[in-house]
Amino acid sequence: MLSSPAGELVARFLIGGIIVSLFAVIAEMVRPKSFAGLFGAAPSIALTTLGITIVQHGKNYAAIEARSMICGAIAFVLYAAAVSWLLMRYKTRALATTVGLLPLWLAASLAFWFFVRN
Amino acid sequence: MMVQAKLASLKGIALHEWAVRFFFGGAVCVAAGLIARRFGPGVGGLFLAFPAIFPAGASMVEAHEKQHKARAGFDGTNRGRTVAGVDAAGAVLGSIGLAGFAVTCSICLPLFSTAATFGLATLVWVTLSITFWLLSKSRIFRHMRGGKTTLHAFRNP
Repeated sequence: MLSSPAGELVARFLIGGIIVSLFAVIAEMVRPKSFAGLFGAAPSIALTTLGITIVQHGKNYAAIEARSMICGAIAFVLYAAAVSWLLMRYKTRALATTVGLLPLWLAASLAFWFFVRN
Repeated sequence: MMVQAKLASLKGIALHEWAVRFFFGGAVCVAAGLIARRFGPGVGGLFLAFPAIFPAGASMVEAHEKQHKARAGFDGTNRGRTVAGVDAAGAVLGSIGLAGFAVTCSICLPLFSTAATFGLATLVWVTLSITFWLLSKSRIFRHMRGGKTTLHAFRNP
């Protein structure tokens, strides 16, 4: 399945969807909400993508991706903190806030990545 | 504060809500692969920590809490948004754990087997996330925040 480009994309979609859904099931089951929120930052995408990358390109290539992922995760800390602050302080709509702040995640992760690389 | 797991919580979730999560999860994995192919592993790796289902999850938390209050005859708009904010505060701590996961993978992948690395990295994510969550609930942090906060006013949402 992973030998053709189309097969790889189908595998990524199916495995990614399943792993993300599994973490979502755990998040829905646990209480309190602040604890359930931990699963909003579960490594579901990373487990899927790194696994397929290792099969295709080897472990050293995947390690480079993991190194960049550190910058993405630090940007996630900033993004989630901004979302939490806006929702609790100004009671903004959750979907508008979370989607509207995605450029913050992208800008912060690219900025960290450029800073680390140079 | 006790952490509880209830299977019954899954009953209130509609099929289309699961479909949204499955779709977004799969779509982001595909996008991460395509970005890595186009721009290389450096940029592609950033998207391993993309907030994939976080927007969908937060809006569903808001909607469920609002419906819950509406059934009791109240307008739960503000309550729903505050609970979504509490959920996001949890994600802040989870993403600290996610950074630990990434550090572990970047160090261990070239040295150990894939299964051992993924197992260890997931353990690091769980340990860091829970440790920071417990710290956030501890007296020290409550004292630093100046006593009762919005978060603590909604202890059991």
